[in-house]
Amino acid sequence: MNANVNGNAAAKIARLWNWLPIKHGASSATETTANRSVPSPFWIIVRKEFGDHLRSWRFGILIGLITLACIGSIYTAVTALQAGVKTQETDTSFLFLQMFTASDGTLPNFTTFVMFLGPLIGISLGFDAINSERNKGTLSRLLSQPIYRDDFIRAKFTASLLLIAVVLFALGFLVMGLGLFTIGYPPTPEEVLRVILFLLVAVVYVGFWLNLSLLFSIRFRQAATSALSGIALWIFFSLFYSMIMGLIDKATAPGDSSALSLLLRHANMMLFLNRLSPSFLFTELTTTLLTPGVRSLGPLTTAQVVGAIASPLPLGQSILLAWPQLVGLLAATMICFGISYALFMRQEIRSRS
Amino acid sequence: METATAPIIELKQLKKKYGDHVAVGGLNLTIRQGEIFGLLGPNGAGKTTTILMLLGLTEPTSGSARVCGLDPTRQPLQIKRRVGYMPDDVGFYEDRTALDNLIFTAQLNQIPRQEAYRLAEQLLERVGLGEVAGKKVGAFSRGMRQRLGIADVLIKRPNVIILDEPTLGIDPEGVRELLQLIHDLSRREGLTVLLSSHHLHQVQQICDRVGLFVRGELIAFGDVPSLAKQLDQEGLITVELEASGFSDAALSELSTLEDVVEVRGSVQQGDTETTTVTLLGKRDLTTEAAGIVIQSGAQLQSIRRKQYGLDEIYHRYFEGGGLA
Repeated sequence: MNANVNGNAAAKIARLWNWLPIKHGASSATETTANRSVPSPFWIIVRKEFGDHLRSWRFGILIGLITLACIGSIYTAVTALQAGVKTQETDTSFLFLQMFTASDGTLPNFTTFVMFLGPLIGISLGFDAINSERNKGTLSRLLSQPIYRDDFIRAKFTASLLLIAVVLFALGFLVMGLGLFTIGYPPTPEEVLRVILFLLVAVVYVGFWLNLSLLFSIRFRQAATSALSGIALWIFFSLFYSMIMGLIDKATAPGDSSALSLLLRHANMMLFLNRLSPSFLFTELTTTLLTPGVRSLGPLTTAQVVGAIASPLPLGQSILLAWPQLVGLLAATMICFGISYALFMRQEIRSRS
Repeated sequence: METATAPIIELKQLKKKYGDHVAVGGLNLTIRQGEIFGLLGPNGAGKTTTILMLLGLTEPTSGSARVCGLDPTRQPLQIKRRVGYMPDDVGFYEDRTALDNLIFTAQLNQIPRQEAYRLAEQLLERVGLGEVAGKKVGAFSRGMRQRLGIADVLIKRPNVIILDEPTLGIDPEGVRELLQLIHDLSRREGLTVLLSSHHLHQVQQICDRVGLFVRGELIAFGDVPSLAKQLDQEGLITVELEASGFSDAALSELSTLEDVVEVRGSVQQGDTETTTVTLLGKRDLTTEAAGIVIQSGAQLQSIRRKQYGLDEIYHRYFEGGGLA
């Protein structure tokens, strides 16, 4: 009876899997004799990886850290909002979105936390994905099974990304729920959509870091080297990059009395340099999505603003504004994945070496 | 009988280069269905590289390989479905149980979960790990891991199993059991086994045929007696005598025998104890030597024509004879 129920559930899940628009491995297509109820190797690896992550200490610690940070940020947001509303300082339109962006200055807001700690989740889930398997001697055993090599890295990536999505959405909804409780101000559908989009963007952003650390885990044989490289890049982009940009800005800035075209060119160049950093792209994305009042991400001359009505942008326009940034992030992710793919497909797999 | 069974692994002029270094140079080898073939060679001889090429885990620089009639570079997946491979120093997911590890492998081979469970339990029982099936692999000893490795290889019901250094780092009793297990499996289910090792005695025990592999080249292959024959190409046959009450006269008489090349061993004066004498001849001198010793009044205790073990063969080839 029980087994029957399990079997039914498995069949349902298998149907779901077949429905998913992801390659189910040519194996299931060619292997006509294979039992239909067996998911493709890809999903078997995904399932195992997902389980491994959930059970790992590492993940528990990270979740604890991030949840604490989020609760802190909600607290500051709520106090800031309450104080702001009382003194009529806060713009009460899109009040709900300010749960994510407002801060009373003692702690950073939610988006900053995601920007800062998100990469840490990505890196910690990916930095030893491949090389630990290699060092434990499981990689050569696994790859001598009838699976495609790319299935293996795609499964690693998918499992971690799924986990990241679950975590980020859980946190996002937690913030929304707590916000409803504390400020008692219901969100409009547009606000909910904006939050969901923001969470999706956050998943893409963390996915980029995950991919980067996967790349390192393929390139470097030692997990420690790979983790350090990932963390070095993370700190570089989240702390030093803006400092360096500040330096360059100061050094190359034209005089105040320069021609408008010169000033504009300088501003655009700085913007371009800044946008090389994924965290900057993410900041731009989140500000556009969560602050509908943002109308442009580049420099605007007074002439351009003349006659504009200072109203929030509709959702579609906000997305349009942030689209290039999103594409940029996706492209960076793709490039990392492409490189890891190329490296991994050409690598010779020997046991523990 | 030998031509009756089709070759299951066929290598033709298989070559693999890493830069300038030739790991495997022009390997020709045929392994038949149901055979236990031992790939023997020192570390770095190219055994593992050859195995990786068989599985399509690395591409040959030139030459061709056929495994079960399939091309490893073009159809690796079909080959991996039929061939079980146990790498040297096999690793498992340490925080999972033995059963979990096996079921995972089975599912990767598209075996439904319930059947996988049943198969895994059966195999664990078979390799003697039935009692620790629910224990995490992290707590397993080296020997247990190797046996789990065998189970892992068998769960996909392969036609061929390839074992890379299966006996590495196990105690002698464990080795004996493991080899016995492999032998039984091969005989009972008609499995073709290719195992690599640098440990001669072990290979000698169970292999039908052996290939000697040195610096990327297969310098000799065949069953153990025929390898010994290849070694005997200089035509020297060794006879070992043990006798007590040997006299110098008998010794000199031995050395005057026709076709004797060398007599090793000396007689201690007034000796009633056992003396060992080694006789190297161009032909089999066993009977004549025995006759002389007995006529001289000595007590012949043992005489035997020495068979070359793999050790001597191995040693001989490695000393450079095979590469000259």
